Amino acid sequence: MAQISFSVNGKKQIVDTDPATPLLWILRDHLNLVGTKFGCGVASCGACTIHLDGKAMRACVLPLSAIADKEVTTIEGLSEDGSHPVQQAWVDVDVAQCGYCQAGQIMSATALLKQYPNPTDAQIERGMSGNICRCGTYLRIKEAIKRASENMK
Amino acid sequence: MHIIKTEINRRSFIKSTALAGGGMMLGFNWMAAGIPAGNTTVNVPDEWFEFNGFLKISPSGQITIQSPNPEIGQNIKTSMPMIVADELDADWTRVIVEQAPLNTEIFKRQLAGGSQSIRQGWQSLRMAGATAREMLKSAAAEKWNVPVTEITTQNSMVFHQKSNQSADYGTLASIAAQQEVPTEISLKTPSSFHIIGTSKANVDGRKIVTGQPLFGLDYQKEGMLIAMIAHPPAFGLKLKSVDDQEARKMPGITDIFIFDTYIPGTSKSAFDNTSFNQQVAIVGRSTWEVLQAKQALLLEWAPQDEIIEKRTLFDRTIEVITPSGLENTSQHQQWMDETAQKECKVVRKDGDPDTVFSNAAFILERSYEAPFLPHNTLEPMNFFAHVTDEKSELAGPIQTPEIMEKSLSERLGMPLEKIDIQMTRMGGGFGRRLYGHFLVEAAVISQKVKAPVKLIYTREDDMTSGIYRPMYRATYRAAFDSSKNLTGFHVKAGGVPESPLSANRFPAGAIDHYLAEEWSVPSNISVGAWRAPRSNFIAGVEQSFLDEVAEYMGVDPIEFRLELLEKAKRAPVGKDNDYDPDRYAGVLKLVREKADWTKPTDKETGRGVAAYFCHNSYVAQIVELKMNDEMPVVTKVTAAVDCGIVINKTGAINMTEGAIVDGIGHSLFGRQTFSDGSPEHSNFNTYRLIRHREAPKEIQVHFVESSLDPTGLGEPPYPPVIGALANAMYNATGKRHYNQPFLNQPS
Repeated sequence: MAQISFSVNGKKQIVDTDPATPLLWILRDHLNLVGTKFGCGVASCGACTIHLDGKAMRACVLPLSAIADKEVTTIEGLSEDGSHPVQQAWVDVDVAQCGYCQAGQIMSATALLKQYPNPTDAQIERGMSGNICRCGTYLRIKEAIKRASENMK
Repeated sequence: MHIIKTEINRRSFIKSTALAGGGMMLGFNWMAAGIPAGNTTVNVPDEWFEFNGFLKISPSGQITIQSPNPEIGQNIKTSMPMIVADELDADWTRVIVEQAPLNTEIFKRQLAGGSQSIRQGWQSLRMAGATAREMLKSAAAEKWNVPVTEITTQNSMVFHQKSNQSADYGTLASIAAQQEVPTEISLKTPSSFHIIGTSKANVDGRKIVTGQPLFGLDYQKEGMLIAMIAHPPAFGLKLKSVDDQEARKMPGITDIFIFDTYIPGTSKSAFDNTSFNQQVAIVGRSTWEVLQAKQALLLEWAPQDEIIEKRTLFDRTIEVITPSGLENTSQHQQWMDETAQKECKVVRKDGDPDTVFSNAAFILERSYEAPFLPHNTLEPMNFFAHVTDEKSELAGPIQTPEIMEKSLSERLGMPLEKIDIQMTRMGGGFGRRLYGHFLVEAAVISQKVKAPVKLIYTREDDMTSGIYRPMYRATYRAAFDSSKNLTGFHVKAGGVPESPLSANRFPAGAIDHYLAEEWSVPSNISVGAWRAPRSNFIAGVEQSFLDEVAEYMGVDPIEFRLELLEKAKRAPVGKDNDYDPDRYAGVLKLVREKADWTKPTDKETGRGVAAYFCHNSYVAQIVELKMNDEMPVVTKVTAAVDCGIVINKTGAINMTEGAIVDGIGHSLFGRQTFSDGSPEHSNFNTYRLIRHREAPKEIQVHFVESSLDPTGLGEPPYPPVIGALANAMYNATGKRHYNQPFLNQPS
């Protein structure tokens, strides 16, 4: 057991548990933030993508010990009402089918747009290939990223 | 306009009751607390999972509609309420949608499967909307003292033009609730639809993008414990012993025990398919702690004897034999080689194929194979259960709530009325969640620990616990005369452990001498329905074979199919041909036009076509691609779809695009293999699913304009794309692909 403090979506959190616990389960089980999804547990599907100090990471393999004093942003932290331009683009393009992977897709896309404000198709394809969409909504994801890029200008 | 009697369904759903607070509700299951379809935010109660069953119109004009069927990503939670709202003449921006609970008294067929939700719900959904509209009209007639026949409705308003009066639905709701339920109502003609046929965004869209709790895995309840299971590592093994001494001492662990999902020897439904009946439950306060304890268990396994059991599907009971032994993929292939050589069951025979084949100038023969496939829904299997002596409360992702409620009733010895099942949004279904053993497991575990429990499968549990798409093989033969005319056709198909054959589908009915045979090999690898069962294999390979037949004959592959369809229409061979040649030809002609098929492509581009009819809908596709070494880069897919009336255009396009990506992905990469009964792929680091960079660059979806009743779309666009892809790869490379997956590289 160890007491570790960090911030989630701008709010300070102190968690006292096994420091090996992946951030994914800290978010879901301890902090009741269930927008970050469990898909594989081995950083292969991207459903659990969050930002750690602004960088996209897979929460399922990120131990609590590695986030001490760091800043975590989850899908709930982008905006509460979906007004963040990437979330809004996802709604406008009507991307989701089952919707389970989309929070992770949005977190990856938001990080991608920070790196490439005007991403090319190739940059989107490469940058988003860590996130599996089992329903196959990739074309709409690409369209939504381009729309978000436009709206962020 | 078409007039229908409502009496048939009167008891089932049209029961008008005045609410204490005014307003009208029909017993058709509508209720508030969702996100308005208009995409503005409203205050949603935290307890989003509390469902109630009615349609409600509030005095403020808010309309709440509950969607009766399970939502697995096929978008019926948007499209089913659209049908109701259209017949109601509702203002869609004032509609709130919510998922209905399981309620067999109100709803029929609360099941997600076979692409049937829209097709089978069509009439009753329309009736619910139209009935409410009629009651609102008679309320206005009463209030204004004018004949009801002079009343019109539009966009949540009632009008009487002569007296220049109008009223919002909300202001009439309380009077409307007291009107007689009409015994006869008229439904709209398709030309007067104002919501059906338009594009309405996913009603859960904003919840999805803001990460709100929607899915079974998100379900929380006060005092809830987390449970996981440990199951045998191989088909053909069972639990021998458990040493949980270390695991029990680990932090947060409350219980570890062995349980039986079903009581051995009791009758089961076909959806009670489960790979490992006896498993170990690990229960504790948090997911990570339970996972650690699970890994600390010392488990021993023993060979499982043959199991013989009865399973009932609707009113048909079959005996299912699960053999003993540890099976290997190479062995499966050998069994298929041997069985495919033997005489087998003739399913359909037209004319005299034996003679035609023995007199043929040339016989083209090709064999095709495809592996077992896990469904891999991105949300792993899970379920919430709270079982006490008095009642059972369940919530989670299930495609067959009604069927599983019966199974659970039998398992717990608890009457149906004491069991409540709530349907959460599902992180994918693809057929996997038809088989609700995980729901029963959660309930049995909750009963034992006397606490609310959420059962969670790890990805490894999910991918290695079976219910796979079967392994399939098909051999096609075509007989030609010396002028290269097609004279006979023979398909012999089988699989481990079931056949993929649909003997009455095209080209049956178009060829004078036709033979369809099937075989199967028993296995203990458990299987189940997987998106477009059987069609997901047989369509692609049949369409690949037809491509080779057309090539041998030297005719255009679309022209070739159209000629066969013309014959099937003009002079159909045999009986029970399971397709409409005109609609089949219709999608081929449409895709040919939209993809500019008659114009040659550039040198690097390969192009292939396929068409198929299944689950009541017709789909044709043209794939265009370039090769990057061994890897096809799909530049464009054009699809033509005939599913009757399209309910929600954006949803229908999305579904078609997704099925195309899915079909391309699984035929390029998907396969589960076995070594001594043990599945060799257990997570996405070795099991390859299609990713963003491998998806087609462009997909164009075109619908046949139709006023025919709608049919499903969850499955039909999946099967043909595999054939179109294979044919395009051949066109680009000169090499035919017969065995799936077409590529077998690490990702």
